[in-house]
Amino acid sequence: MGKLECKEITKVYQDHRKALDNVSFSVETKGIFGLIGRNGAGKTTLIRILSTELEPTSGTASIDGLDVLSQADMLREKIAIVPQEARAIRWMTPKQTVMSYLLWRGYHYKQANQLALESLKKLKIDQYANILNTRLSGGTKRKVLIATVTASEADIIFLDEPTTGLDPISRRELWDILRELGKDRFIFLTTHYLEEAEQLADHIGILQEGKLVSIGTLSELRGSSRYQYSIKLPPKAQVPLLKDSEVTTSKSGHTQIMTNEAEAFRLARLFSEQGVKFSITPVTLDDIFFHIVGQKVREENEA
Amino acid sequence: MKRSKLSQILAGVLVNAIYEMKNYPIVLISTIISPLSLLLVITFVSSGALFGTAIEGGLIMIFFSSGIALQSDLSHLKNDFKLQDMIVSSPTSSRLYMGGMALAEIVYSVPALVILIVLAGIYLHPSLLQIAILSIVLLLMFAVSVAIGFMLSTFSSDVVQSYAFSRLLSLLFATLPPVYYPITYVPSPFNYLAYLSPTTYAAEIMHSATGYLNISTNMLILDWVVLLVVCAVILFIAIRKTRWREV
Ligand SMILES: Nc1ncnc2c1ncn2[C@@H]1O[C@H](COP(=O)(O)OP(=O)(O)OP(=O)(O)O)[C@@H](O)[C@H]1O
Ligand SMILES: [Mg+2]
Repeated sequence: MGKLECKEITKVYQDHRKALDNVSFSVETKGIFGLIGRNGAGKTTLIRILSTELEPTSGTASIDGLDVLSQADMLREKIAIVPQEARAIRWMTPKQTVMSYLLWRGYHYKQANQLALESLKKLKIDQYANILNTRLSGGTKRKVLIATVTASEADIIFLDEPTTGLDPISRRELWDILRELGKDRFIFLTTHYLEEAEQLADHIGILQEGKLVSIGTLSELRGSSRYQYSIKLPPKAQVPLLKDSEVTTSKSGHTQIMTNEAEAFRLARLFSEQGVKFSITPVTLDDIFFHIVGQKVREENEA
Repeated sequence: MKRSKLSQILAGVLVNAIYEMKNYPIVLISTIISPLSLLLVITFVSSGALFGTAIEGGLIMIFFSSGIALQSDLSHLKNDFKLQDMIVSSPTSSRLYMGGMALAEIVYSVPALVILIVLAGIYLHPSLLQIAILSIVLLLMFAVSVAIGFMLSTFSSDVVQSYAFSRLLSLLFATLPPVYYPITYVPSPFNYLAYLSPTTYAAEIMHSATGYLNISTNMLILDWVVLLVVCAVILFIAIRKTRWREV
């Protein structure tokens, strides 16, 4: 099984802005990898380096044994990307969009024509095949671009924020499609929706100001997180004395206690005895993300 | 898989010319109008005397404007649609991508070209030698303008990316210099200014080849040398400066 490996990737842009700081990791090139991080964390920079569009300032990366710098030509045979700000070209139809991309990849006209129709069908947008892109809704336009790259033979697909701007239902539809695609290709996606990474990704990486602060499966992230459970209490509930926990109170007065397994079960028993209404869940990616990123923000504020 | 280079060039021609012409036929009219309108103006003002040079001017304008249009099209596709990013991360080489895009600009001008070529055939009756000279000059013009187009498209500044900038270039190099009429019509010292534009040299060669301009053999040789050198230098810079992968 192939691997995507980054070794000490650093990127400093020409204006001296450091976008990536010594990023190293390795994941298997199968299934779905989700990269999360705040605006400006460096997700797009990393995805552009891996997809051979941008040179790193230092460090190396390889995908399935092919170096992104010295073996770019061979690597480009098997990758495809939908960039963050890619748009379906206004004066073309979805079918023309997919077809032209396939022609660029060197398919013969007839073959490109047929694969384009199949791909649009797979994404359930074949009814729009011959309507100008400019007349389609934002969600359909996004799907056109995804149909474009997935129509090709590329088995490593980069998607930079594929579901931004989609309504919750379209987003879920796209998740189903991506899940299906992830069965026989490797999908590397970035997202701001933590639920999306949680639902889709086999492995998740968290970028924070150019540094990779965490990487693993969801359960590995949970395991390495200090707290594994989250207990939520209604407003005005009495919070007992806690061990090894962290309490946050939301604006609406709800209290969240993040804690470890033993303490979580002790509290659950206590609340049941006292008849306090509560909910208990394993920590979500949301909790982990806010914990990691929040801590950093707090440290900065204190400093 | 075995990839077809022909398909890879065709893709550029389809996206940058044929699909747009097919989906928005109105663009056909505008591509015809700009080279032909000046032709008409010059012809009427000269009571028909300059019809021949004006045809040649129209041809120069088409080939020179192609490269300039290439610059704005490439920038537009790269910056507003991120098409170039998608192509860089694909098996398409920069040469085939750029080649297809450049060819598209000629395809885009085919309607106007057909009209001018028919007019030239009827009115100029060119000999085979004249046809060869005109063709070579026009191809050189095309090469120069395509090289300028590439080079500019890789500088991503807002100025370069605006259509106003391309129109300015077109005006400076294809409309203002004496390409629609012989340089002898331009009074001193403006004729010296005209020599700052490579299109002036191309026009001199064409006008003299068809007998509208009398210049010495030395001058003619100079015209060819300048044209070839400019072409080589700009192509060289373009190849050196054009970046496929960004830094
Ligand atoms: N071409 C560029 N030139 C200079 N700085 C850049 C360039 N592109 C990105 N940056 C900077 O690099 C940092 C990382 O940007 P990047 O686009 O990789 O972040 P991101 O995680 O994709 O953000 P978002 O979620 O908003 O898309 C930011 O500080 C950004 O301003
Ligand atoms: Mg981004």
